[in-house]
Amino acid sequence: MLQVEQLQAYYDDSRILNDVSLTVPDNQVVCLLGRNGVGKTTFMKTVMGVVKARHGMIKLSGEDITTYSTSQRARAGIGYVPQGRGIFPYLTVYENLLMGFEATPKRQVEADILEEMYHLFPVLKTMQKRVAGTLSGGQQQQLAIARALVGRPKLLLLDEPTEGIQPSIMLEIEEVIISLQAHSNITILVVEQFLDFALAIADYFYIMETGVIVEQGPIANFNDDLAKLYLAV
Amino acid sequence: MGGWLLQAFNGLSLGSILLMISLGLAFSFGLMKVINMAHGEFIMLGAYVTYVFQNNFATMLGGLDLGLWFLISIPVAFIVTGLLGILLEISLIRFLYGRPLDTLLATWGVGLVLQQATRSIFGAPNVQVVSPAWLSGGFMILDITLPYKRLFIIAVVLVAIAVIYIHLNYTASGRRLRAVMQNREMASCLGVASRQVDATTFGLGAGLAGVAGCVLTLIGPIGPSIGTHYIVDAFMVVVLGGTGGLVGTVLAAFLIGIANTSLEFATTATLAKVLVFGLIIAFLQWRPSGLVVQTAR
Repeated sequence: MLQVEQLQAYYDDSRILNDVSLTVPDNQVVCLLGRNGVGKTTFMKTVMGVVKARHGMIKLSGEDITTYSTSQRARAGIGYVPQGRGIFPYLTVYENLLMGFEATPKRQVEADILEEMYHLFPVLKTMQKRVAGTLSGGQQQQLAIARALVGRPKLLLLDEPTEGIQPSIMLEIEEVIISLQAHSNITILVVEQFLDFALAIADYFYIMETGVIVEQGPIANFNDDLAKLYLAV
Repeated sequence: MGGWLLQAFNGLSLGSILLMISLGLAFSFGLMKVINMAHGEFIMLGAYVTYVFQNNFATMLGGLDLGLWFLISIPVAFIVTGLLGILLEISLIRFLYGRPLDTLLATWGVGLVLQQATRSIFGAPNVQVVSPAWLSGGFMILDITLPYKRLFIIAVVLVAIAVIYIHLNYTASGRRLRAVMQNREMASCLGVASRQVDATTFGLGAGLAGVAGCVLTLIGPIGPSIGTHYIVDAFMVVVLGGTGGLVGTVLAAFLIGIANTSLEFATTATLAKVLVFGLIIAFLQWRPSGLVVQTAR
């Protein structure tokens, strides 16, 4: 689904990503692990086009999207849930969800998709009319995921979905991701600090350190030694 | 009794004129944070569009007195100045986002160019737009006359606000606009072409300035430098109103209008202006972000 080759990205003159290559196969959940500040979020932003790639190639189901603008990538089928959730604070929950349809070809509101989201995240239905900025962190996270799903993405990018969220909502999100994977063909790339969550949902892992991929493998191969070496603070 | 009513009406009338000239700026400056010094010139262009429209189409549309041409010239002014606004955004403003001082100087320059261009085409002297016959005279109540022209301007402002409100809150394009202004990066990540939204938002602001210019032809002659008379007032209204949205702009316009006319009644025209200006400065010292501020985390 997603194929990234030799990706380099910079903030001004300092290189953040150094020849990162990563593949996310169809219908799989791939997890990108690593300590704070190693470039995981920058990687996600570069895939989304928010940070420009200076070198390398990004392919989405065979289509070269390296030169696409951010909005073109969204319309090509990438759904993005950024770190910090990126909800529109003064729009209502309902209006936030409607913004998800911007990525669809006709940009038209489809009631059955909304119903599906309310089914996945019941709390959003009860809060439809609320201004999104007044929601709790966990509710905002659910809203951000639902908003991305509304656009029917082929690939979902989740950047630290459990950050600052109470355990009960974390479990809910975990269940949603597992059920999404089982019932619909969606491919997910997730950046995660919370190891238990990552191990529960992922099929494959990559570990990043200072802008390079240092380890990768099926999630079954992940062990305590790797965790101590690359993730312990 | 009649005196008070007249004062209240004058305040309302001045407020509606102030609101008319600031509505467009509420978009370009209030929402987009673009210090558009050419806003006054868009008002001027709107007025000249009305003038040209009168000269070329009034006879065709049933003559000057019938005034059908005037009603049609309102949307025409909106479209012409709106398109010019979009052109300005695409060719200049978009390269200067996040550089307020450069934007200020560049748009001021554009304003001067537009003024001089108008002077070259139409000449320096003021030109006159003939108001429709049904707008002369007034409505008599308690020995005082409420001029139809002023009532008409109030009506146009109310319609404009209603249309803007519906556009922002109940249409997909209004929703896109609000989303881009609240979180540009996220809006793009959801597939919104944010540059297109910027251009149309700026165009909307310019178009509203054009409508203001059209309406201003009712209350006096128009000249190439008419915009410079209004630009300061327009910024005053938007700054006092705060950048939280339309509500602040509406409140600020009527507050300034009523304060101005009441103080003028009690003192003199010049002193009233000074006092209002002083009050606004004092208020902004107390609440720098203006009357209405959006609150949420």
